[in-house]
Amino acid sequence: MSHLTLTSVGISFTRAGRTTEVLRDVDLKIEKGEFVSLIGHSGCGKSTVLNIVAGLLKASTGGVLLDGREVNSPGPERAVVFQNHSLLPWLTVRENVALAVDKVLKAKKSKAERREWIEHNLALVNMTHAAEKRPHEISGGMKQRVGIARALAMEPKVLLMDEPFGALDALTRAHLQDQLMEIHLRLKNTVIMITHDVDEAVLLSDRIVMMTNGPSATIGEVLAVPLTRPRRRLELVEDPTYTHARAEVLEFLYARHAKPALAA
Amino acid sequence: MAVGTTLGGLAATRKGEGARRPLVTAASLKGFAARVVPPLVVLALFLLLWEVLCQRPGAGLPPPSRVLAEAHDIIVDPFYDNGGTDKGLFWHISASLQRVALGFTLAAIAGILLGTLVGQSEWAMRGLDPIFQVLRTIPPLAWLPLSLAAFRDGQPSAIFVIFITSIWPIIINTAVGIRNIPQDYRNVAAVLRLNAFEFFGKVMLPSAAPYIFTGLRIGVGLSWLAIVAAEMLIGGVGIGFFIWDAWNSSHISEIIVALVYVGVIGFVLDRLVAFVGHLVTRGTATA
Repeated sequence: MSHLTLTSVGISFTRAGRTTEVLRDVDLKIEKGEFVSLIGHSGCGKSTVLNIVAGLLKASTGGVLLDGREVNSPGPERAVVFQNHSLLPWLTVRENVALAVDKVLKAKKSKAERREWIEHNLALVNMTHAAEKRPHEISGGMKQRVGIARALAMEPKVLLMDEPFGALDALTRAHLQDQLMEIHLRLKNTVIMITHDVDEAVLLSDRIVMMTNGPSATIGEVLAVPLTRPRRRLELVEDPTYTHARAEVLEFLYARHAKPALAA
Repeated sequence: MAVGTTLGGLAATRKGEGARRPLVTAASLKGFAARVVPPLVVLALFLLLWEVLCQRPGAGLPPPSRVLAEAHDIIVDPFYDNGGTDKGLFWHISASLQRVALGFTLAAIAGILLGTLVGQSEWAMRGLDPIFQVLRTIPPLAWLPLSLAAFRDGQPSAIFVIFITSIWPIIINTAVGIRNIPQDYRNVAAVLRLNAFEFFGKVMLPSAAPYIFTGLRIGVGLSWLAIVAAEMLIGGVGIGFFIWDAWNSSHISEIIVALVYVGVIGFVLDRLVAFVGHLVTRGTATA
């Protein structure tokens, strides 16, 4: 029995009397502690898959099982790191994390333990120094780190990341990728991450799930990345396993499943 | 913004006085003067024009000099109380403000709750919005006979008129604010499994606060407009009655003084609500 199982997940949206099938027959099994990336052209339904696992969208067909239990509503055991950080702007960095911790771990931890846990998670993403700041006072990379801290602080079974570094500049992105790898190594979370950055997918993932173009998008191919951890980006540049995996993904995205509009 | 700068200017001058002038720099004095001098100059010109125009024989209104002379008593002693409705302006204003405070507070509570309902529920929106759109166009005074019939007393009727006048902008702005809560915040709340009360207190109210305070600001202005008119009709103590009473006694100068009070108080009420809004939203209104 896998940790997280998607079984023939499909979803259709009806708008103005016209039904569009966005996803069809998405089957995926993810093991505990695995880091899985979803990659595909924009509009292929990557985010839709993630939102179904998060419970924010309901699958029209098929379903999602987490530890044998069906997912049918959002919950903190499937914490989401949103693409645009989604921090509440009227709360400080610490209050944003505290909102999650105080709600999710109320029964599990005493007040003092929760205080400590909030500080622990802020320290994990190196945000202790800015804990009193409000989101509009910190940079985009910092906001994303707080978003990650908030998600991790919920002690989720699965961490869902929707293009977490998409809006960041290359240097900040590399820095956060390193931090994420370090955290993943330490906490052994199960992670599903959406990306459209090939290098990011290869560097971070145990497996890369490549999606075909929509409508009726589905999983085209799954590529294992058998690189040992910890991984260091500088050493990997020349690594044959790395370059091979990178070539495979590029081949899938730009040769076999090039975006129709781009290919034409 | 205007509130912030004005208060900033005040704070700077006050600090300067307290610390025996080390903080009053030439630049801050210049900035202060730039804000204070133009309105004073315009006011002086206005008073001069008024004086000249109303000095002519046969002028309908008294010039400022005569207003000062005739209304001297009520200007220097706003606190006298000869019993009945023969009281100083302070007592009239205070009675009006109490009515506004009560009516406006009720309108704020009911308006925010109804606005949340309309903003959150598609069905409530469809059912209530047409009714709101019709009711909100009814002039405040048109409600007065109805409320007098229902309450059979001037005091609650006046409060009801304030309530019914100021509630519409609060409802409408709150609803817009709730409708504009970003889907992201709703998703965060869903992942955290916030219950309805937690969602209301921790996400909806703070997120919609800038809109709510816009509604409250319009509402408080409208209630001040309505109370003066309502008091003219219901009598008793109150600034509206004072003005009507002065008119009946042909004390035009007293009316002019009362109008200055009404204007200043209305301005202060507006700025007060804006200031509270600025504090509550912690300046994140634009975020």
